[in-house]
Amino acid sequence: MVEHRPFTDFIAYAILTLGVFIVAFPVYLALIASTHDAATVVGGHMPASPGSQTLENYYRAVFVGGSRTSREPVANMLINSFVSAIGIALGKIFISILSAYAVVYFRFPFRKTAFWIIFITLMLPVEVRIYPTYKVVADLKMLDTYAGLILPLIASATGTLLFRQFFMTVPDELLEASRIDGAGPFRFFWDTLLPLSITTIAALFVIQFIYGWNQYLWPLLITTKDSMQTIVIGIKKMLVTSDELAEWQLAMATAVLAMLPPVAVVIFMQRLFVRGLVQTEK
Amino acid sequence: MANVTLRNVRKTYAGGFEAIKGIDFEVGDGQFCVLVGPSGCGKSTLLRMVAGLETITGGEIDIGGRVVNQIEPADRDIAMVFQNYALYPHMSVYNNMAYGLRNRGMAEAEIKTRVEEAARILELGAMLDRKPRQLSGGQRQRVAMGRAIVRQPKVFLFDEPLSNLDAKLRIAMRVEIRKLQRRLSTTSIYVTHDQLEAMTLADILVVMNGGQVEQIGNPLEIYQKPATTFVASFIGAPPMNLMPLRSDELKSQLTGDIRASAAGILGIRPEDFVISNERGAGGVALGLTVEAIERVGAETFVYGTRQKEEQGVAATPGELPPGEIIVRIPGAVGPAIGERIRVVAAGDKLHLFTADGRKRVG
Repeated sequence: MVEHRPFTDFIAYAILTLGVFIVAFPVYLALIASTHDAATVVGGHMPASPGSQTLENYYRAVFVGGSRTSREPVANMLINSFVSAIGIALGKIFISILSAYAVVYFRFPFRKTAFWIIFITLMLPVEVRIYPTYKVVADLKMLDTYAGLILPLIASATGTLLFRQFFMTVPDELLEASRIDGAGPFRFFWDTLLPLSITTIAALFVIQFIYGWNQYLWPLLITTKDSMQTIVIGIKKMLVTSDELAEWQLAMATAVLAMLPPVAVVIFMQRLFVRGLVQTEK
Repeated sequence: MANVTLRNVRKTYAGGFEAIKGIDFEVGDGQFCVLVGPSGCGKSTLLRMVAGLETITGGEIDIGGRVVNQIEPADRDIAMVFQNYALYPHMSVYNNMAYGLRNRGMAEAEIKTRVEEAARILELGAMLDRKPRQLSGGQRQRVAMGRAIVRQPKVFLFDEPLSNLDAKLRIAMRVEIRKLQRRLSTTSIYVTHDQLEAMTLADILVVMNGGQVEQIGNPLEIYQKPATTFVASFIGAPPMNLMPLRSDELKSQLTGDIRASAAGILGIRPEDFVISNERGAGGVALGLTVEAIERVGAETFVYGTRQKEEQGVAATPGELPPGEIIVRIPGAVGPAIGERIRVVAAGDKLHLFTADGRKRVG
């Protein structure tokens, strides 16, 4: 694979370019559509260059909202999405790092069983257990609350697995040195294990933030108030109209806004993220 | 400062495997005790039991007059240096040394004095702000020692601390550890599989095999009077030559006393042979065919086989092939390969053991 012939290079670039085009073109269209007025977008001839309505469209989307459809300004939806995505990401990290710590470092009866039960939940995402989960959340009066958006999604076998694998690479002598240095289980976790896990935590945060941000089915089910809807739901609502024209320019502006936070998270945490997945630090 | 006493200490693992089969010994205040033995002999397990990292199945471990069987490692007043150093990778050298003191709630000013003192002794002064990964192997080793020193514990425990270093550094650190221990006169227990480290460091040498003590004593005493064939071949490099006494060639040369005794195995150290035709009174002469020669400058090792086909003695570590004899002669001159030579050993250089190798005779 280290060949550098002009022809093979050309083929490689052609395939890569095609791939980038396929991914990027719809994004480009969304970006363009968000800068024109409604008439131009609906007219059927989408211009290829940006229009003049940029500021107005984004201002309306963020602060006013679709006039007849989603009824909520996007700023509010962004906050909802942000709170639940952060909540899901941090909650997952918190729960899975603690359960991995228990499974790896403590000898208790049914330790293996506990681990396998956690492992099996990989097969039970929200979509599979949606009815019982809804029932529980409803009974706990958590419909239309942040807690209801976050809690059912934070149990995570993937996170536990990732931390377990990392903890098993930490040399035992480090624990023993800590014990001799007078650090109990909590101090060892806080002073040694947690700082060593930073990159793993960052990797998990990126993955889970995007997972939380992209949630669709669960928020759709449990949020009924407009003020609690997330941005992903908001986009969808903007396009469902009965006797009005969909405000495509606003929907596209919202879509662009919805893409930004995950992109920002990936860009800012990329270095830590990559290090966390290849794990060189030790 | 404290004595460490082990009384009939035992360790049996959950699966029923008996790692330590009843060990008794005492390390006096300020003494340097080395546990030596082949891998799997239980020496590390024993050290970890003293540290409190392994539970004790039976017997008592006493540090400074207090039985510590049920006491947490942190409260035993010991410090341990690990083979892979076990430094906290995310902490600076300073914090690595200060961590144990902080956990004990010591005042920050006192910590600073102690860490700086340790850094001065170990020449780590310029590295206090670095992270362990920015240090060389020898420096990491010194940080690990610093972490032990600052605690000013009753006992230092070393678990093969030099085996990750290269040969030259190992010798330098060996001397440093000895000097440091003399200076602080802290009771120390040191585990190694390297008999040279064991010989040079120990005040008391404990030779272990199969979870039991083979011999305890002053290193030179052990070298000069090994109690079993195991000790005879484990301590000393190249190992002692061991041969059964049943052959006529040997029997005819030995005096009546020895022939009458329970001895079944004869041992002679390589350096106790001389190439000569003159057998002194009570000595032993062997005819050898030279198979290989190793010249290391100051001395030469001659590997020969006995001329009469003879079985060797099955001693475990560093075992010689049956019938092969190593002779160590000073200087760089020696016989040629294939040459037939006669080697003799004086009567007072002979080591005699019972036929099972478990006991020294005479």
